[in-house]
Amino acid sequence: MKNKLITLMLGAAATVAIAGAASAGTLDDVRQHGFVQCGVSQGLMGFSVPDAQNNWTGMDVDFCRAVAAAVLGDATKVKFTPLTAKERFTALQSGEIDLLSRNTTWTMSRDTSLGLKFAGIMYYDGQGFIVNKAKHPNVKSVNDLAGATICTQSGTTTELNIADYFKSHKMDYKLLTFEKNDEAIAAYQDGRCDSYSTDQSGLYAQRLKMATPDDNVVLPEIISKEPLGPVVRQGDDAWFNIVKWVYFALVNSEELGITSKNADDMKKTSTNPEVQRLLGVTSADGTAAGFGIGMGVDEGWALAAIKQVGNYGEIFDRNVGKDSPLKIERGKNALWKDGGLQYAPPVR
Amino acid sequence: MSASYVRASDAPLRPPPRGHAGPLAWLRENLFAGPGSTALTLGLGLLLGWLAYQVLDWTVLRAVWTGADRSACAVPGAGACWPFVWEKFPQWVFGFYPLGERWRPVLTFLIGAAALAPMLMPAAPAKRFNALFLLVAYPVIAFVLLGGGVFGLPPVETTNWGGLVVTLVVAVTGIVLSLPLGILLALGRQSELPVVRGASIAFIELWRGVPLVTVLFMASVMLPLFLPSGMSLDKLMRAIAGLSLFASAYMAEAVRGGLQAVSRGQREAGLALGLSRWQTTAKIVLPQALRISIPNIVGIFIGLFKDTTLVLVVGIYDLLGIINAGLQDSKWAAPQTANTGYFVAALIYFAFCFAMSRYALFTEGRLARTGRR
Repeated sequence: MKNKLITLMLGAAATVAIAGAASAGTLDDVRQHGFVQCGVSQGLMGFSVPDAQNNWTGMDVDFCRAVAAAVLGDATKVKFTPLTAKERFTALQSGEIDLLSRNTTWTMSRDTSLGLKFAGIMYYDGQGFIVNKAKHPNVKSVNDLAGATICTQSGTTTELNIADYFKSHKMDYKLLTFEKNDEAIAAYQDGRCDSYSTDQSGLYAQRLKMATPDDNVVLPEIISKEPLGPVVRQGDDAWFNIVKWVYFALVNSEELGITSKNADDMKKTSTNPEVQRLLGVTSADGTAAGFGIGMGVDEGWALAAIKQVGNYGEIFDRNVGKDSPLKIERGKNALWKDGGLQYAPPVR
Repeated sequence: MSASYVRASDAPLRPPPRGHAGPLAWLRENLFAGPGSTALTLGLGLLLGWLAYQVLDWTVLRAVWTGADRSACAVPGAGACWPFVWEKFPQWVFGFYPLGERWRPVLTFLIGAAALAPMLMPAAPAKRFNALFLLVAYPVIAFVLLGGGVFGLPPVETTNWGGLVVTLVVAVTGIVLSLPLGILLALGRQSELPVVRGASIAFIELWRGVPLVTVLFMASVMLPLFLPSGMSLDKLMRAIAGLSLFASAYMAEAVRGGLQAVSRGQREAGLALGLSRWQTTAKIVLPQALRISIPNIVGIFIGLFKDTTLVLVVGIYDLLGIINAGLQDSKWAAPQTANTGYFVAALIYFAFCFAMSRYALFTEGRLARTGRR
């Protein structure tokens, strides 16, 4: 009820805000400011975290950098605005930020009634389960959790998702809900329940804070859809296209094998037309590929983003994947050809 | 000439009475006065000792003192994770203030401390000049130093301020603004002019009737939507304004309590002496009223200082906010990292609040002596 009211209020306010904000193009604004104003979370492990030298790191942060590199040619030209969950949409609607890259779930109500547009899915998240393999060596999948006691935070959709999933799979379960997340995790660690459930990325983060991280395994199944992606204002299609295609370029470059290290070489030597088009190689007769110019940015847009930030796989591995302490499996975030969901339309 | 009732020899010497002075006597009287008292002392002593040992065990004995990342602290049975604090502490103090510009908040703080110290010492001279400097010149100096943008100082936006600096800026500005505003409101509420009185009452009741979180939330989320597009008020300034107005309403009620405690005869005597209303208020009623309300005023100051943590909900990194953000760093994720961070936060908040409270006690005592004279 409260949420609905807030949604309604934001929606109404958004209409007012858009009328004012859409007058000038975001791309022009960004060029004029000389930096991309990017809304990130106040601190979420692996997605946006400030380090001790005030540098922001994380997947959401790297996406902002990629956009800045594509538009301005310099990945450091980003101004990060940490936002709370409540302010994030207002900040976008009121023009305080150009791009919201803050682990925001793409839902229909947000997409259709808040005056926002989701530009892609940077991370396929969803509710998962964690179990202690020392105590439960036989549990390899959620389907082995029949009859288990599950700890979770009360009053969120996690409860509902568990109920739906276990009902549809005809499994018994006992739910132990807690007001606070920390209490639920403490209960799980004390052995009061067999498993703890929240979004999978959160499970990996929590696992690191446990006394024996290696004893706890995140089960492979995801039982709900939480697609997280960057958001822009509705009504500025040029900017929306740029953000959307920066994301596609990151995914495409991983598929094509372009990395931050070999991007320059690939541009010079690759004979693959897909690579040439993506990196803006000028053909022999001197005509440009024109994909960057078509969007209103430099021809080297994708090259700059890949070279300075890396392709999707590099961003994933560095922040949440195998090169980070989190060690999240690619899972659903693998490329489509590897059985995942990350798929980008071709550059042609 | 002998009487049987007269003693022939000295009475046997009895042991001297138990002393009423000295540490042993103190112990006996206060801690071991009887069996019940002794049991209570021993029980509570054991409990306290156990607690102290637990704290010592966690903060020192089992603590990890050095290390480069989480692997040092993510050891079974490890206590506090101090290397996390060593690495993050400068950020907890300065927030996202650019590394090369951190001398500016330090200088601001030093100037403030240098100007404030003589104000706090009753014997120090030149109070009037000093107060003028603190209330008029210092805010400008602090603003210029912290904000920059003039005199060749690179501008630092308030979004980059954070940590203890923001906590102090918010608390000090809030305290400095809310006291005079609160006094004005309290006087307004007692005024005989209906409009002034009505407005004061409406203001006080409105702000006291709304939770602080709501005020901050309104200031940060709803206000931008009502402003024309492109015009954005600084978030920190919005929060400070909200917090100061909120505190001033409470301040007004504390001062009003003091005003009402000053007997009517004081005012009448002042008027009878031919002083004007303003003079009576400023020179006779207010000084007495403020002296009475000092405990309440300091209570509000301390409350305000701790309430600054609420700016976290509007996305400003105060001390607690920046500690929270640091806990999300996967480089340091370990079982005791969060506890260590919160422990340090608690120590810092306690140090400030305790200092304020002790100083207030000292002032109260001094003013009480003056009052008796």
